[in-house]
Amino acid sequence: MCIGIPAEVIEISGQTGKVDYQGVVRETSFVMLPEAEVGEFVILHAGFAIKKLSAEEARETLKLIREMLEAAE
Amino acid sequence: MSDLPELLAQLETDKALMAGMVKRLASGLDKPLKVMEVCGTHTHAISRTGIRRALAGKVRLLSGPGCPVCVTSDSDIDKFIQLTEIDGLVVTTFGDMLHVPGSRTSLAAAKDKGADVRIVYSPLDVLSIAEQEPGKHFCFLGVGFETTAPAILATVAEARNRKIENFSIYAAFKLIPPALRLIASHPDISIDGFILPGHVSAILGTEPYRFLVDEYSKPSVVAGFEAPDILQALMMITAQLQKGKPELEIQYSRVVTPGGNLNALRFMDDMCVKADSEWRGLGVIPASGLKLKNQWKSFDVEERYELAESSFEKNPLAEKCRCGEVLLGKITPPDCPLFASTCSPSNPIGPCMVSSEGACSAYYKYER
Ligand code: SF4
Repeated sequence: MCIGIPAEVIEISGQTGKVDYQGVVRETSFVMLPEAEVGEFVILHAGFAIKKLSAEEARETLKLIREMLEAAE
Repeated sequence: MSDLPELLAQLETDKALMAGMVKRLASGLDKPLKVMEVCGTHTHAISRTGIRRALAGKVRLLSGPGCPVCVTSDSDIDKFIQLTEIDGLVVTTFGDMLHVPGSRTSLAAAKDKGADVRIVYSPLDVLSIAEQEPGKHFCFLGVGFETTAPAILATVAEARNRKIENFSIYAAFKLIPPALRLIASHPDISIDGFILPGHVSAILGTEPYRFLVDEYSKPSVVAGFEAPDILQALMMITAQLQKGKPELEIQYSRVVTPGGNLNALRFMDDMCVKADSEWRGLGVIPASGLKLKNQWKSFDVEERYELAESSFEKNPLAEKCRCGEVLLGKITPPDCPLFASTCSPSNPIGPCMVSSEGACSAYYKYER
């Protein structure tokens, strides 16, 4: 139930919209995430967008891991 | 254009990353570590990616109570079955619940005998169906933690907006922090640290877990679901232990923020009151569940229909199921004598084997 695959927001009007979830277009409620914008990536849960995904933070995580591994070598 | 999919693919597929982290983690430990991964999706990721095996003898990863279907009590499941026996009532649910055996039978068996049980992807789907079939009443089984409860509550609010009266829910919601308190304070369970759930925390933020650090001195890290995420969380826990300073940290910062999702939290605060709730294996935990507030009672199926407490004899095989101990991290699935012999995904004896988030199903699929 809790997979972290991101869905890209492709359309929003009011509280509902559409996302592209691995190539499948899905109706999604944005009632819990009204600040989402087209082009952003969100986590979906049971037909609702619950949180945005931050590319910046994902980059930071990878960077930290790589730095740590290099330091160990 | 965001490069996010590419970044995530690197986290997911870079095998050298995982191998390097396993090596680094193992060499940095001076004694074996016992860590609980609270969330069932973590349990599956740990089995599937081979982390548990790669760290054998170094880190003991114990699964916790974070599989919503698994912790649902027999008495709730028996009531779900009773609902299928009510004339004109259609039970709607996520697919995971279907094959879970209660003390007598499962929803799938009831469906085979002709009961109207329907599976939906989103609770919102039920509203459209209810509008199309006004002659029937549709009840959605509200099983889930803080990630799921707001979605179901938002659906109830939407039903009121759309004046849909032939819709209700069975509120069997459960809250993760009270279960963690029980585990952290349990005299027979000693755990060095917690890997906290990613998506429950996306809603809750981190403050509700503060007691794990302040009162129980347990390093606690919210982690993502890829192998490097989980390994990094373990390294953060190790670093905290070495410093002798337990902390509450977020590894899954691409999704989780300390404050959580206020809109989602508001649905729970506005529409529900906390209630005692019975968990499989953990018993009744005070204020660990949610029930609808009075002004929403017309959407509570237990207010609409009188449901009897179940009084069935337990099936003798089910008596032997040790899911309860699995959920507390007291045993791992292979310690159960029925595991992979009598009990398998095609003939599940307990919910931990049925659910796609259950620890027994993870071990059966990936670690035999
Ligand atoms: S293997 Fe089957 S019987 Fe044993 S604890 Fe798991 S679900 Fe229960």
